[in-house]
Amino acid sequence: MNKTVANAEEAIKDIADNAVLMLGGFGLCGIPENCIAALVKKGTKNLTCISNNAGVENFGIGLLLKTRQVKKMISSYVGENAEFERQLLSGELEVELIPQGTLATRCMAAGYGFPAIFTPAGVGTEVAIGKESRMFMVDGAEKEFLMEYAFDADFAIVKAWKGDTHGNLVYKDTARNFNHPMAMGGKITIAEVEELVPAGELDPNHIHTPGIYVHRIFQGVNYEKRIEQRTVRKR
Amino acid sequence: MLDKIGIAKRIAKEIQDGFYVNLGIGIPTLVANYIPKGMNVVLQSENGLLGMGPFPFEGEENADLINAGKQTITTVDGSAFFDSAASFGMIRARKVHLTILGAMEVSENGDIANWKIPGKMVKGMGGAMDLVASAKNIIVAMQHVNKEGESKLLTKCELPLTGVRCVKKIVTELAVLDVTPQGFRLLERAPGVSVEQIKNATQGRLIIEGEIPEMVID
Repeated sequence: MNKTVANAEEAIKDIADNAVLMLGGFGLCGIPENCIAALVKKGTKNLTCISNNAGVENFGIGLLLKTRQVKKMISSYVGENAEFERQLLSGELEVELIPQGTLATRCMAAGYGFPAIFTPAGVGTEVAIGKESRMFMVDGAEKEFLMEYAFDADFAIVKAWKGDTHGNLVYKDTARNFNHPMAMGGKITIAEVEELVPAGELDPNHIHTPGIYVHRIFQGVNYEKRIEQRTVRKR
Repeated sequence: MLDKIGIAKRIAKEIQDGFYVNLGIGIPTLVANYIPKGMNVVLQSENGLLGMGPFPFEGEENADLINAGKQTITTVDGSAFFDSAASFGMIRARKVHLTILGAMEVSENGDIANWKIPGKMVKGMGGAMDLVASAKNIIVAMQHVNKEGESKLLTKCELPLTGVRCVKKIVTELAVLDVTPQGFRLLERAPGVSVEQIKNATQGRLIIEGEIPEMVID
């Protein structure tokens, strides 16, 4: 069960133009820096990126936007990125904004084998337009839920703290975020880790993502781990 | 009239011992500073943390540890990390007792608009739609009127909605109000603010019954 590949270039080598990708991370926290750099280098075009955010102008998915490799973003919050805004307003980039919990759950549903899930998020808003809905009893009252489909992504690209050669993953702190549900939800899941160890070295009790969900794994290099909002207090 | 800190202090009085609380960005974040000492309250950050602590000391920032506003933070004793699907799972399953968030508009039936202004750059709803659709109790921290002096407490929201019939209570610079099936019920006046001022600043149906007390803020 050795899932190890040499590096990011090898891990992403069969990602073709028009691929649908899930990209882990929240803001710049826990993003697959090595694979993003490799995709920029490879020049893969017309990508659909399912990612909570769109990075910043010169980091994260922002790098793929800058080189115009992204056709469509499916995100919950795209934040402050002037290049993103320019492409959106000029019609070069398609953007589908969906609630954050819906995004996470559609990834999870793919990994759990549910074709769709029901969520109350977006009921009565423009998010509900064109969607099927159903009433369910919640705490003794009828409540409306929207049906949201599981994502069907060609690849999930995630970043973990530690991983082993079988693809078992452990995340650090809030960098788990979308990485775990996306790792579960990809048809082919690529994991880059800060530290890759031989199978047997990670405590099976502490695995977050079981290796069955992971197809390729490599130890990344030169992690920048940029901080988007550095906030501190006085000693 | 209250400033932002005053609004945060007044909202902090709504928090009860044993509550799990989700705080939105802006004024709601300030509420964390005024939770009474000795009260057991756990702050949920929807990017995957229960037990959010204060900002780190300079030099101790950790890129892997941020809140939903992408700010560097710390954890407190008894914290737990989890993934985004689990995070919205606990929100959807109504385990979080109280959600405090900002709003651009609230209507008299409890609809809220806080994510989109047509014609302006749309940044996205983030987790707001999930939070308002499932929270047991939602308190909104907002300004009563906009910069043009127009009321933001309306008969019907004009901006695209974030959620429907979900807001339970509103704290503004002028007043504390409950959202009831009959409309906005005035509960308290901010220091130095008259009932007349609140009436003039509220476009939606306002219910005023009996003497309206002035807020008590430490």
